[in-house]
Amino acid sequence: MSFYESLARLEQLPYESLWQQFQVEDVKRALCKDRLEESDLLALLSPAAEPCLEEIARRAQRLTRTHFGHVMQLFTPMYLADFCVNHCTYCSFSSIYDFPRKRLTPEEVRQEAVAIASTGLRHLLVLTGESRSESPASYVKECVEILHEYFPSVSIEVNPLSTAEYRELREAGVDGLTLYQEVYHQETYRKLHVKGPKRVFRNRLDAPERGCQAGFRSVNIGALLGMYDWRQEAFMTAMHARYLQDKYPECEIGLSAPRFRPYLGEFNPNSDVTDRALVQIILAYRLFLPRSGITLSTREPAPLRNHLIHLGITKMSAGVSTEVGGHSQDGGTPQFEISDERSVEEITDMLKANGLQPVFKDWDLLRLQA
Amino acid sequence: MLDPFVIGGITLSSRLFIGTGKYSRNTLIPEVVASSGSQVITVALRRVDPESRDNIVSHIPPHMTLLPNTSGARTAGEAVRIARLARAAGLGNWVKIEVINDQKYLLPDNLETIRATEILAAEGFVVLPYMSPDLSAAIRMKEAGAAAIMPLGSPIGSNRGLRTKELLRILISEVDLPVIVDAGIGRPSEAAEAMELGASAVLLNTAIATARDPLLMAEAFREAVSSGRKAYLAGLGPVEETAVASSPLTGFLK
Repeated sequence: MSFYESLARLEQLPYESLWQQFQVEDVKRALCKDRLEESDLLALLSPAAEPCLEEIARRAQRLTRTHFGHVMQLFTPMYLADFCVNHCTYCSFSSIYDFPRKRLTPEEVRQEAVAIASTGLRHLLVLTGESRSESPASYVKECVEILHEYFPSVSIEVNPLSTAEYRELREAGVDGLTLYQEVYHQETYRKLHVKGPKRVFRNRLDAPERGCQAGFRSVNIGALLGMYDWRQEAFMTAMHARYLQDKYPECEIGLSAPRFRPYLGEFNPNSDVTDRALVQIILAYRLFLPRSGITLSTREPAPLRNHLIHLGITKMSAGVSTEVGGHSQDGGTPQFEISDERSVEEITDMLKANGLQPVFKDWDLLRLQA
Repeated sequence: MLDPFVIGGITLSSRLFIGTGKYSRNTLIPEVVASSGSQVITVALRRVDPESRDNIVSHIPPHMTLLPNTSGARTAGEAVRIARLARAAGLGNWVKIEVINDQKYLLPDNLETIRATEILAAEGFVVLPYMSPDLSAAIRMKEAGAAAIMPLGSPIGSNRGLRTKELLRILISEVDLPVIVDAGIGRPSEAAEAMELGASAVLLNTAIATARDPLLMAEAFREAVSSGRKAYLAGLGPVEETAVASSPLTGFLK
């Protein structure tokens, strides 16, 4: 049994009529419940919830402050390599683009680490393009071992790996896994992933579960919003998270709500995810999964991020570069354009001005210190 | 009124333990300490960063007894390692064992907690295990060397009050150790109720940290805990199902 079986059932739901079927009363009922069911999640994502957004936001804020307090965990991504064997229609790292690719040497990894650590950040997310030959698990492992000298918590966002490979990385000091499904709608998934191993939908879908089985402390999932109907994609993401949370209660399951951003190519999003839609999604995630962390990336512009921090977000990236080696050198190709280019210090000041405490360190890998 | 509370060889005049998490700024910590009158403060080792300019521990006034907790531990082994690290980092020899395997409700794993208690008590720690209120587990924690037990009133951070009241009552009555009600207390009245029940102390964080005015709320809890304790010492009057006639019906038999 994997989430794929649940997905097969969920795919059969008559979404078009379903979205119209919910009434404001269904939304209000969901607002009164402690544990929301599938139908409550649908109601919160439906058009019926739109007039109730303020009321939902107030509940989401209360839940967030109760469970997480007035704190915001900060992290930053570090790109290790941009080699990729896939042709995905929405990503600058796609194998069809011709630009000088690179992979950081151990010395360059150290330089990046020093540059990032000097900003005060202690949580790191390392990323690679998807290439088993250029950035295999063994390479990621070598890098993580260096990074642990500077960061008590290192998470990874790399191509889907086997349970054994995930276990090996966990033992090397990785404590979190981020893996976006990109698109849950299978037909769209096939269209967007033209060539390469990423075309295998199920290998990607089951990877977060393999991460749970391998014992990662946290597993973060998400759909890249803008690829298909956002209501359905958000619904699938939250159901996937609930599935993992129910089956692996020892693992912290987190969610992200990344919106499509410009990149090298000319792909146009299929669905217009407005700011209002993004807010509705984040609020639905918070009510459906009250204890789950929700991450907000620099894909969103600064003014919007300043508002979203009050609506359920618990983790933010800061001081971001989406280029390989972009923290300590220039010249790489960004995976996508970021919108919020503020430094760690600027984000820190903004959080403080909004009555929130930036938290730079919220975990420590014990294995290496014991 | 002299009512000293001795735990781990330290005499405390306050029965309110507080936390360091969830505040909008660390600089609130000393102010909350002052308003609450608390003498014991818990801090998650995972949040401690000696290299940070804003290290959480540097905000804790020196007179406080530190109660590092093992938040984040999923096994007894991890809890033991965190406790040892905390002691090595100079945070003293008190430790609140938190072993949690359930990220949905954050309920503690009593079995792993007993194991960690046994190991750490043998190493000279003053061990305060956070637990689900279960009598057998509490007795085993005492046998393992716990200095007190910390049963939950309701899940961490829920502000749902004393949902486990009947079980707390049993623990207070049956376990020969201080019972410190931890987690779930959202209102001063609930803290007072725990103290009226006979709890030795209460520990809370969310209720103060997420109040609109944390300092005023800290003061409210200080008074509530003190009132509840006084009521317990005074001996609460019996509760009757029906009204008791002030002129007894059988008085003529005298």
